[in-house]
Amino acid sequence: MTKPKENIKCTMADLSGISSANRESRGTFRLVDILPIRLETILYNLLSKSSVLQMHTLDDLIERDKQREEDGFPKRIKLGKIVKPVKGKKGKVIVVPTTTEPKFNHDDSIMGDSDEVGSTGGSGKGEEGEVIGKQPIDNNGNQGEGQGAGQGSGGDHELTSEAFDLGRILHEQFNLPNLKVKGSKKAFAKYRYELTDRNRGFGQLLDKKESLKRIIQTNIMLGNIDLQKEINPADFIVSPDSMVYRIMSREKEFESQALVFFVRDYSGSMYGNPTEAVCSQHLLVYSWLMYQYKNRVKTRFILHDTDAKEVSDFYTYYKSAVAGGTQIYPAFEMVSKIIKAENLAVDYNIYILYGTDGDDWDKSGDKVVEELKKLTPYVNRIGLTVVRNSYSAGVMSTFENYIIASGLLRTQIEKIRMDVFTNNDFDEPRLIEGIKKLFAE
Amino acid sequence: MELLNQNTKKIMEECKSRARDAGLCFGDSSLEYLVTNKDMTELSPKLMIPTLYNYWVNDVEVLKGKGLYEAYPNNPFETVINSRPAISFYNDNNPDWLNIMIFYHVLAHIDFFQNNRFFKHTWNDDFVGQALADKRLIEQLRGEQGRWVDYVIEFARSIDNITNFYNLLHYDYNKDRDVSLRLNYYFEVFLQQEKKTGESLVFNEIERYNGFVESHGALAESIFFSELKDIYPEFNALFTKWSEKNNKSKRFDLLSYINDHSPFLAKQKNIWMKEILAIVRNTANYFAPQIRTKILNEGWASYWHDNLFTADPRIAGHEVDYALVNAKVTSISRVGLNPYAIGLRLVEYVKELSNKGKFDYRYSLITNVENRLAYNKNTNQGTESIFKLRSDFSDFSLINTFIDQDFIDKHELFVTGKRINKQENVIDYYVKSRNYKDYKRMITDSLYHPPKIDVDEQKTSEETLYLTHLFEGKQLVFDDLADVLRGLEFLWGGEVQLETTEIHAMKGSDNKNLFDYKRVVYTMSKKKIKRAEL
Repeated sequence: MTKPKENIKCTMADLSGISSANRESRGTFRLVDILPIRLETILYNLLSKSSVLQMHTLDDLIERDKQREEDGFPKRIKLGKIVKPVKGKKGKVIVVPTTTEPKFNHDDSIMGDSDEVGSTGGSGKGEEGEVIGKQPIDNNGNQGEGQGAGQGSGGDHELTSEAFDLGRILHEQFNLPNLKVKGSKKAFAKYRYELTDRNRGFGQLLDKKESLKRIIQTNIMLGNIDLQKEINPADFIVSPDSMVYRIMSREKEFESQALVFFVRDYSGSMYGNPTEAVCSQHLLVYSWLMYQYKNRVKTRFILHDTDAKEVSDFYTYYKSAVAGGTQIYPAFEMVSKIIKAENLAVDYNIYILYGTDGDDWDKSGDKVVEELKKLTPYVNRIGLTVVRNSYSAGVMSTFENYIIASGLLRTQIEKIRMDVFTNNDFDEPRLIEGIKKLFAE
Repeated sequence: MELLNQNTKKIMEECKSRARDAGLCFGDSSLEYLVTNKDMTELSPKLMIPTLYNYWVNDVEVLKGKGLYEAYPNNPFETVINSRPAISFYNDNNPDWLNIMIFYHVLAHIDFFQNNRFFKHTWNDDFVGQALADKRLIEQLRGEQGRWVDYVIEFARSIDNITNFYNLLHYDYNKDRDVSLRLNYYFEVFLQQEKKTGESLVFNEIERYNGFVESHGALAESIFFSELKDIYPEFNALFTKWSEKNNKSKRFDLLSYINDHSPFLAKQKNIWMKEILAIVRNTANYFAPQIRTKILNEGWASYWHDNLFTADPRIAGHEVDYALVNAKVTSISRVGLNPYAIGLRLVEYVKELSNKGKFDYRYSLITNVENRLAYNKNTNQGTESIFKLRSDFSDFSLINTFIDQDFIDKHELFVTGKRINKQENVIDYYVKSRNYKDYKRMITDSLYHPPKIDVDEQKTSEETLYLTHLFEGKQLVFDDLADVLRGLEFLWGGEVQLETTEIHAMKGSDNKNLFDYKRVVYTMSKKKIKRAEL
């Protein structure tokens, strides 16, 4: 009779989790008793002092990435963003760094049928071939994170703090120029009076939530709250000191120093990639200006087809589209009118960013050139971005033709710059390259 | 981060005793920590090992994770790490009743780690402690070598997914078998393939060897082979040759090959890099089984939390809450693939088949659908079978063995296709197939399967490292090639060539793609990549 195989049933001796063969070799060493104590100490030491004591900040990481190039390896950190969906139409943009580790991997993208875009599991009713759901095609494709900017991103207000961070990173990582004229206009400090400060005991307005928190804290400390039982607020002991009030206080408010006009063509030919490129670049410039002007940047948004109109926020500016023809001059005419009517040139450094695919019904461009000439005294810089259609990549567009012919780019080199690329050839580095062109001294 | 309080730990201990009564088998000691969401975000890039070495990519991931958390708050209930003792992390705002369910889930994971044979090489490791030692070593090296440590980590990690995990398993398995390699070779290869002896002679020889074992005990093998010298003088030479050839696979793990043979690493001033390569390789191998058993492991844990918690009197009053949580974890989605759900259904399916005696050969002969459905031998071996499943199977073998048409029909599963609908400018989701073969293929295609890339020793020299990619129907992701090869060029200290197959798609008739396959060689030399067709 053969020897029965070693009993594989679970016995108490097995419970140390060590396989039987190795238990023998370890003799009577009582691993179980010793390990937890040691490990606990290690873990405690490590974790209580925060496991990320040596974690790098974003700045360190970007510094490190720059060093890579000097060492002869390509940069690996990219800026990504996450769009937080918020109820209503605006989303919040969160800027994050992203990276990937290069590895040998299989490429799963090649499919037999070119219209197929993947498969996954499913369950429930439905005949083979039956369509069970539809999903709109987003031009941007990937949801969630992506490079650059512009994806359904939020309005002016929500963007502020993130835009500042993004701007700082852009500035540092890509060696964007510092603006010379910055701060040439005076910043006025205004004061407002608001009920923002808190005070215990007395004040103008009772802050009920804060007061309740204090009362509960006090009662927990007094042992007056029994979690096992229903809590009855009537039993709370309330000290006068627990009442929190808001009182009037003086708040300093800085006036914005810079005003950016975002202007773009939203006619039919701009649909898709050109809009994406223009808006992404505009958002990056905006972020960078936010950094340059320490957040004190105001924005105006103007769209045009054959006519110009002002819209209230970036989201509308980015999402709007019409089918129709193109005339550029009304847009600049409108900017001009706004600056004059509101006397903006006195208080602000004005920037005008214009994005187009270069199409204009008015071949001569006389009116546009005239408007631009009118604007130059008021503005710090006009940045013209032309996103050429890929099918006419090698050919200059109408807009480019008359701008160059007018000589504005030479005579007004301090004020007007132009950047041209094709609509299938833009990525984050290219857009940033463009910013350098538009804002170079 | 703190240890569970005594009250909660007591709950855990009771869960342990109930789980053991049900047959689960795990180490006596375990550590449980309460963690905040911030802790989780910071730990997850380190694969939840708090002591893992620092690396800047992890820091980027942490920053990204924080942003992601801000946009999409989402807290896992628990995370378990496979170490001795087992360590698990819990979200700090779970109510007690939920913790009971979670503890059962965790205990089943621990049971899986400690009994599934794909984890065998991790069974004796206090990985958290090992990782700490590695971390300290790397910190020390950073102090001496500065940022170059991180480059070496980066380059080593660029090939840490192709460490030939299955070869390691195969090697370990053979190592532990009672029969030595030499005996194995003699009976299975030498006699049968080299000498083409008949079966009866092989049996006679085995008989003769067994006789030696009885009379000489432990010395049997050496005496047996010393006598053999006279009969087959060529035996030893042939055996050496064969074992060299067959152990080749072990050496052909790219990371260890570079570690052993790179002229650059062999230089005195670069010796320190070898330590890093070894750490990266060990760490990768430690985690290799985890990613290959995810579906089964989650299915197993879901099976047990459900069975143990619903039988636990402490569920009283929380049945509805539990049902909701459980459904969120284990329901099969209308569209999409939930590994917990499919894993759980397969574990239950295997139990059912086994209980009814359907693994029997006689059952497979029945073709009549009604008879097949009605077949039930009441063998009651279901529980035993799923314990075997947990010990011996991985995701691939689970999917490949047990997904059949009955399973698909039972759960109304199908493959969802996605295709572009140009008229409406939408992506259509449609029922593509209800055939089990397609479903199985869809899942196996989604399983982790890194490419197989080996060193061609014939074409490799001090100046050139020559790699060949075994083409398995998929080409390599092109975007990463140059970066990986650039790193390898650094580690080898000379040019690196990679032979691989490219797929070129062409539009054929009726919108189907036609493919053209080209064998090409990429050469990375002086940080520049070149491509040549073979």
